Amino acid sequence: MGAWLAKYYETIIGSGYYTMLIDGLKTTIVITIGALVIGVAIGALIAAIKYFAEDTPVLKPLVWICDVYVTVIRGIPVVVLLLVFYFIILKSSEGTVVGIITFGINSGAYMAELIRSGIGAVDSGQMEAGRSLGMSKLQAMRVVVLPQAVRYILPAVGNELIALLKETAVAGYVAVVDLTRAGNLIRNNTYDAVNPLLTIALTYLAMVVILTWVLGKFERKLAKSDKR
Amino acid sequence: MISVKHLKKSFKDIEVLKGIDLEINKGDVICIIGPSGGGKSTLLRCLNLLEKPTGGSIIFDGNELTDKKTDLNLHRQKMGMVFQQFNLFPHMTVLDNLTCAPMMLKKIPKAQAESKAMELLARVGLADRAAAYPNQLSGGQKQRVAIVRALCMEPEVMLFDEPTSALDPEMVGEVLDVMKELAAEGMTMVVVTHEMGFAREVSNRILFLDGGCIMDEGTPGEIFDAPQSERLQSFLAKVL
Repeated sequence: MGAWLAKYYETIIGSGYYTMLIDGLKTTIVITIGALVIGVAIGALIAAIKYFAEDTPVLKPLVWICDVYVTVIRGIPVVVLLLVFYFIILKSSEGTVVGIITFGINSGAYMAELIRSGIGAVDSGQMEAGRSLGMSKLQAMRVVVLPQAVRYILPAVGNELIALLKETAVAGYVAVVDLTRAGNLIRNNTYDAVNPLLTIALTYLAMVVILTWVLGKFERKLAKSDKR
Repeated sequence: MISVKHLKKSFKDIEVLKGIDLEINKGDVICIIGPSGGGKSTLLRCLNLLEKPTGGSIIFDGNELTDKKTDLNLHRQKMGMVFQQFNLFPHMTVLDNLTCAPMMLKKIPKAQAESKAMELLARVGLADRAAAYPNQLSGGQKQRVAIVRALCMEPEVMLFDEPTSALDPEMVGEVLDVMKELAAEGMTMVVVTHEMGFAREVSNRILFLDGGCIMDEGTPGEIFDAPQSERLQSFLAKVL
């Protein structure tokens, strides 16, 4: 035990490499949050387009574009997308920015479905009641349907956030030093595989456990507002 | 007030309404009866265009509702609707359910909207439940709140789509009482119902709808005491 601790200290702390891990962790968090914001924005936009296209024929071509987007994104591994964006589409951009955009666009395709099914889970009588009072479709959506849909959407988005966090571990493919890449670099430099990899694995695990706990608390709070 | 001409409605290949003609005058209380699948609810839902008619016209206060240029939202404010499943907004308190549309659509100040809502709530005996959420209410209470919600918009006509069909039997009376009171005050009402007693007692005109057509039409006396068509006779024999 003592020997192992000494080895751990030598590899991670004494060497000063822990600062690299902390910077990597920051990068991982920045990419995750940035991608989440972009993903939710894209997802909400697609869900809105599809919802309002049902009785607005002008929007039909947009629906087709959305469908192509979702199909393409869901059919390509995110690592490949990342390489394509880094080496072809966004050639001269910084890795972290490319990461945020790529993971954002990737998760947008999944978010769209989550948001759409959340809205679909609200009883159609709710929209009808709003419309029967004279609300426009947009007003009824904002005041009546969305506040109820959030309860279905939030837990699903939470799961997507956890998946996203772990997915960003491949960002190292495009020269981004995220948590995973940092750990791997330390392994390379110190010839100690166990300690760096163990550290990053436990860091991811800790983040996921904390996120799960926070989301669970959030969900229970939402359930409480469902007064019965 | 509402003039329906040759109204047709099809869902895919199934024609649910096959050319309905109907005049609704101010102060009318019209009950629509008939077997399930006869088109009763569809007719009612066409009146405020929750269902888009596939043919014919609906003229409300001189406005052609089926015209694309008509501002439907404005006209719907004048047509209150009560649903079988209540459709109260579960994320709002009773009071917010009642005030949200008047405040948002008619720009009525909060205090005024609330005092109006409380006054109407008191009249249906639910003033003490203003702060409750819909899921804390019984079915009969929910439906009374739903009626008040529609009334808060001060509509010219009230549409009721089987308002008591989802209620436990012992709660039917409290909802019908509210509707009777409304009718007595001269509210124009169109009611799709299976409550024959209510139809006989309250309405001035009854429509018997079957197979997408108005098969019979008349005063309660004409419909219940001297039914003409054979289908009406056999329908009444089953339900009375």
